[in-house]
Amino acid sequence: MRKLVPSLGRRLVIAVPYFWLLVFFLVPFFIVLKISLSQPMIAIPPYLPVFSWQDGIGGFIQKLGALSLDNYLWLAGDPLYVNAYLSSLWIAAVSTLLTLLVGYPIAYGMARAPLSIRPILLMMVILPFWTSFLIRVYAWIGILKPEGLLNQFLMLLGVIDQPLVIINTTTAVYIGIVYSYLPFMVLPLYATLEKMDYSLIEAAEDLGCTAFSAFWKITFPLSRPGIVAGCMLVFIPAVGEFVIPDLLGGSQTLMIGKTLWNEFFANRDWPVSSAVAIVLLLLLVLPIVYFQRAQARAQEKAG
Amino acid sequence: MASLGSIRRSFAPWADPSAKPYIRFENVSKRFGDFVAVDDLSLTIYEREFFALLGASGCGKTTLLRMLAGFEQPTSGRILLDGQDLLRVPPYRRPVNMMFQSYALFPHMTVEANIAFGLKQDGMPKAEIAGRVAQMLKLVKLEPFAKRKPHQLSGGQRQRVALARSIAKRPKVLLLDEPLGALDKKLREETQFELMDLQHDLGLTFLVVTHDQEEAMTMADRIAIMDKGRVLQVATPAEVYEAPASRFVADFVGSINMFEGRLVKENAGIAHIRDASGAEFWVGGSTRAAPGDTVWLAIRPEKMRVSRERPPEAENAFNGEIWDIAYLGDMTIYNVRLDDGRIVKASMINSMRRLEDALTWHDRAWISFSADAVVLLTE
Repeated sequence: MRKLVPSLGRRLVIAVPYFWLLVFFLVPFFIVLKISLSQPMIAIPPYLPVFSWQDGIGGFIQKLGALSLDNYLWLAGDPLYVNAYLSSLWIAAVSTLLTLLVGYPIAYGMARAPLSIRPILLMMVILPFWTSFLIRVYAWIGILKPEGLLNQFLMLLGVIDQPLVIINTTTAVYIGIVYSYLPFMVLPLYATLEKMDYSLIEAAEDLGCTAFSAFWKITFPLSRPGIVAGCMLVFIPAVGEFVIPDLLGGSQTLMIGKTLWNEFFANRDWPVSSAVAIVLLLLLVLPIVYFQRAQARAQEKAG
Repeated sequence: MASLGSIRRSFAPWADPSAKPYIRFENVSKRFGDFVAVDDLSLTIYEREFFALLGASGCGKTTLLRMLAGFEQPTSGRILLDGQDLLRVPPYRRPVNMMFQSYALFPHMTVEANIAFGLKQDGMPKAEIAGRVAQMLKLVKLEPFAKRKPHQLSGGQRQRVALARSIAKRPKVLLLDEPLGALDKKLREETQFELMDLQHDLGLTFLVVTHDQEEAMTMADRIAIMDKGRVLQVATPAEVYEAPASRFVADFVGSINMFEGRLVKENAGIAHIRDASGAEFWVGGSTRAAPGDTVWLAIRPEKMRVSRERPPEAENAFNGEIWDIAYLGDMTIYNVRLDDGRIVKASMINSMRRLEDALTWHDRAWISFSADAVVLLTE
């Protein structure tokens, strides 16, 4: 008979990640939430603390009423924030699609490569992580600026007469995001494609598919878990991305990460920037939770 | 020996010189780097034949099958199907379908969709597809499972889906790669007969690859025994068993006792052979060997007799000791140790429920066989 009550050791093992999440995710989240509901003031820290330890239970309940949604109303009322959210979602969505278009062939090629060179290819995908992210994004300035490597190269070839204006545009942000997040797309795709049974493709060809239609009817639908995982890994951090739009996008690019940074450091308005962060979190978490539940339900129905 | 082919069925186009071959492998070779998978192989298969490629793993049988399906290109040689050279024909245009060893069912599609897959590719009208799929489901007795996904089926059911999918397009030839390999013994035996009935009813040509000789013997009209990329013998199951062409075939199919000796002389259809220990054998049939040549005598265990007294009519008899007895119910296998130390295997049908004077361990016994029971091999 299996014990229904987990042993102490098992509880301990489960407790460690929960404890981690509690301390490093849930507690900071509630601190940010609390700040987002308070009022800004010139002080250190620069907001009016709502709660204090001296209040006791009664004071706590009393002060709950003092919390205000003013900061959230402020966000909703100013088109700057709404536009920044929409523009971030749009830029992240487009970059995710571009990353998928670039990453899929790479992952596919890796999965079909001879077994002996696959570890080398995998290593090459991971290799950029060995250099600082910031430096790699900086390097793109040198490539994309008007007198940069790309323009010099294209003019040398005679493709263009005038340098292309890429730096400080949204295009540069797309390039930066696709470049930086490519491994996050390639790795889950590779993992899915690599374990796929090749005889399925042969069976499809045997039953009348060309290589192209076998790909669309068999390989592509079966790689969906990898596509979903890769897109999430790119889309979620790309929405809140700050470094890439700041360095490559210039003042032209409106993204929520930059807005947040401005609120926090330039304006020193912690309550509003906390509200920005909370809204961003809800914007990302709610659709993902919904999506995952829908998928679990669909799987249950099929299973 | 000519009569052996007719034991099974009267269907024997290979014996008819005017019959047109349906599939022809002409001097086909396939090399993977240094490894020769198929070595200058020629083979003809006739329409509606149930043909088996039998051999150990790595003998090239699957490569041969895959070349016919179009997944591999021969390094040299030609493959013809119904007179058409298949060299430049891609897999999706070949009128053959394959049932994969792993079944290769599409995991994201229902049973129904799996079976309909090939028909949809051909652009068959929807109503016709539905009809054909229903027919296939009925044929493999899977109607209640039409809406299930492959992972919700048992191994035997999956095998049936794979079969239904591969015959749904009515291919000219059905290729089966170890079709029963993943099934348990009982299910395998049932399915063997179902496959034979199916092949007969549909009138298709079946080419099956197997390493299981029992499977090949049961199902096939003819068997090709393969080793190291070559075909050693192509014959009916009865011929392969009773008249193996070489020591390898004799040893590979069933169990056999083998003696090596030299031909002393051949007279009036009886060959006189003596082995190194001086034992003498009398063997019927023509040897095609000259006196002094090395020959091998192959005798199946069931053609040997074990008895206390030397049977007067037996041409060959040797004295020995019962070394081991395996009682299998329907028959008993005796390992008899001859006086020169060799172990000979003989099997006897247990036709009596009880034997008064049954042989037992360490009894002295005679092992005997007639001159006609022996197959003489020169290679």
